[in-house]
Amino acid sequence: MTKEQIRDTILEIIAQIIPDEDLSNLKGDIPIREQVELDSMDFLDIIMELRKRYGIEVPEDDYVHLATLDSSVVYLEPRMRKL
Amino acid sequence: MSQDWAKEIKLEYDVIVIGGGLAGLTCANMLAKGGYSVLLLEQHSKLGGLATWFKRKEHIFDVALHGFPVGMIKTCRKYWSPEIASMIVQLKGIRFDNPQFSFTTTYDREDFTRILEQRFKIPQENIEAFFDTARSMNFYDDPSMTTRQFLEEFFPGHDDVHRLLMEPIAYANGSTPDDPAITYGIVFSNFMSKGVYTVRGGTDQFIGKMQEELLRNGVDIRTKCLVEKIVVKDRKAVGVIANGNMIKSKAVVSNGNLLSTIHKLVGDEYFSQSFLKEAKKVRLNNSTCQVYISIKKGEKIDYIGDLLFTSEAEKFDPQELCSKNTTSRSFSIYYPQTRPGSDMYSIVASAHANYHDWANLSEEEYRASKEELIQRTLDALEKYVPKIRDKVDHLEAATPRTFQRYTLHLNGASFGTKFEGLKISMGLSKEVAGLFHTGSVGIIMSGWLGAANYGVIVANDVDKFLSAGGVR
Repeated sequence: MTKEQIRDTILEIIAQIIPDEDLSNLKGDIPIREQVELDSMDFLDIIMELRKRYGIEVPEDDYVHLATLDSSVVYLEPRMRKL
Repeated sequence: MSQDWAKEIKLEYDVIVIGGGLAGLTCANMLAKGGYSVLLLEQHSKLGGLATWFKRKEHIFDVALHGFPVGMIKTCRKYWSPEIASMIVQLKGIRFDNPQFSFTTTYDREDFTRILEQRFKIPQENIEAFFDTARSMNFYDDPSMTTRQFLEEFFPGHDDVHRLLMEPIAYANGSTPDDPAITYGIVFSNFMSKGVYTVRGGTDQFIGKMQEELLRNGVDIRTKCLVEKIVVKDRKAVGVIANGNMIKSKAVVSNGNLLSTIHKLVGDEYFSQSFLKEAKKVRLNNSTCQVYISIKKGEKIDYIGDLLFTSEAEKFDPQELCSKNTTSRSFSIYYPQTRPGSDMYSIVASAHANYHDWANLSEEEYRASKEELIQRTLDALEKYVPKIRDKVDHLEAATPRTFQRYTLHLNGASFGTKFEGLKISMGLSKEVAGLFHTGSVGIIMSGWLGAANYGVIVANDVDKFLSAGGVR
């Protein structure tokens, strides 16, 4: 996947978890949780969905890397490059 | 025990879930939806665990689900069904009454801001900073700060504000001011965003709908089926012995109490010394006393609020809260509209309790203590419902002994274990492959919402284990 595809995938997963939120204006460099109603369980749903879909394991120590959209792409790129 | 319980039971399942509490049910549902064959075994005649109810004459008493956060709607929608989520409604009258303050609130951020500003004269910026800090807390943040320190930082010297912010959470999951601030912050901000919620139709219908959904997703359910042992072979869980029969499985999830899962269902000999040493440090949460009060048919009670937090204690004190003579209790008022079509009123009073205050009473002392509990509760209720004794139809009390008998939880623990239990719960599968636990362990994964969500997290771990071929 390209960086652009990874970004779209993350957005698609978030949209599936919180269908009532408008994600069209989500800024890449601001924590996602500051922009939309995403509670800690929704966040875990993202982690679980990444594993179910792509077999990607995100250890708890790395959760901080998924705080913003931009940092998520940077973190996931080496893990999703070959998908 | 039903005689044909074993009929049509398969010889082997992917997963056996022991215990049908909210965590066990949610875990079983997620695994079945994921395509696994699941057997759910419950020792009681009904599913729900502590989320239960009972009937006396034409009355139904709800033992629990008296109030939970808005997040439960999302959890039910995501992991159950839109229909189940649609049963959840807001309780708009949350009333506090104690020597320090007395008022009714919708218990959301907006109303709390107003109350803190007007009544407690807290500067706006402190209130904002408090809510924002609580909301931004993550469960992976530093856990060393206590809730007391956290509250003191934003509301120094205001023990009335501490009480207001702490008391309902204590009732919701047994937490105290000495527990980590992050766990408090996460639970509190979940509760505070949009108020307190309950189930329209009652606990019986809610659990009934969940049972239908489980069956639809192909879960085999057996009630009145006591699991005696989890069978371990070569450090791997390979099934259970239930009602004397061995049933095989690739994974076992216990929704029983964490400590009885380790010491009784599995057995210490299957765990490492270092794990047992850590498990020894896990503290059980407190238990509960309840008084169930039904109102005579034809009698009415005026609207006095939906959920009342009442106390005669001068200050909030976790020890007073659990003492046998506590004056701190919540009243959940069930008006007829809770069960559409019904014209009945009932009230459930709940108070924290210590098991050891009740465990060793003689039968005579026990009966007298229960009667005293009922009378003290009616005395307190009189203030809100005048002439309550003239209106009462049925009266009954439950104690830590009652909770132990029906849930089999050690010491009748009604909120599982303290937060150190989470690490042990999550560490089980590293000791015995294919062995998992779900339920109330610690503060984030506790209360009704936490229990259901932990069921989802554990289902994910089980899926991870099984899809890797059941290899550790």
